[in-house]
Amino acid sequence: MVTATATATTPTFVVKQEDKPRHIAFICSKGSLDMAYPALVMGWAALGNGIDVTIFFTFWGLDIINKHRVDHLELAPVGNPSMKMSMMGVDTGNLGIPQIMGALPGMTAFATKLMKDKMAKIDVPSVREYLQMLADAGAKLYACKMTVDMMGLRKEDFVEGVEAIVTAGDFMDMTDGAQVVFI
Amino acid sequence: MATKNIAGHQIHVNDEGFMTDPQEWDKEIAVEIAKEEGIPELSLQHWKVIDFCRQDGVSSGKAPTLRRITTAAGVLTKDMFTLFPKGPAKKVAKISGLGKPEGCV
Repeated sequence: MVTATATATTPTFVVKQEDKPRHIAFICSKGSLDMAYPALVMGWAALGNGIDVTIFFTFWGLDIINKHRVDHLELAPVGNPSMKMSMMGVDTGNLGIPQIMGALPGMTAFATKLMKDKMAKIDVPSVREYLQMLADAGAKLYACKMTVDMMGLRKEDFVEGVEAIVTAGDFMDMTDGAQVVFI
Repeated sequence: MATKNIAGHQIHVNDEGFMTDPQEWDKEIAVEIAKEEGIPELSLQHWKVIDFCRQDGVSSGKAPTLRRITTAAGVLTKDMFTLFPKGPAKKVAKISGLGKPEGCV
């Protein structure tokens, strides 16, 4: 009969490779403000836990590291069912922002300001500052070559801390054995 | 709760090895925990960070996060990862006799 032992408390899905440090790679494919933060927050948490971090920015995700765009990422209320009236401080429960209202000029800017204010209140760094923190902490940041070519960008268009423009194949080589998160 | 003998002192620690009573801490204990954490010698720069964490941690009741250390103590992120490699905030909290830092930044 099998009896419970101390080692049984380790979940079976945890694969421990003692010889190789844990490595997490994020693929950022979206350029809106709300889709920029997940990799930044989780990447920072990973570094804080001694885990190696690589972030590959592709397609719209290039906006996150584009120095002309990084401070102007936006949150669109249109097509976002999670945006509720109550976010604006009105106690309206689950009432959503009508899509037609979201489409009005200025609504995207308004929603963006709302989110930025809320984040500043709880001391969340800006996207630009987060990127700097990640790079300083040793995260490797890369831009996708195909998208860079397609959008006519150059290395100089990216914020400091972006190491290189690499191909998808290079990314595969660099993330051998890593856990990959697609955003 | 487990107790552990460090530098001749009997101290209380939790499952992850963080001290549960910051009052039990002293500098000798810090030196010993640092060795366990892979830092053989604590330099003046290390102590600057540890002193800040002690002060901040004891007055606020919680261990400072990495961003709190870099912004309030004026230590660069890069330097923190050099001084306390592989998870600086957790490492320095452990050495400073504080709990695990909470918070996402």
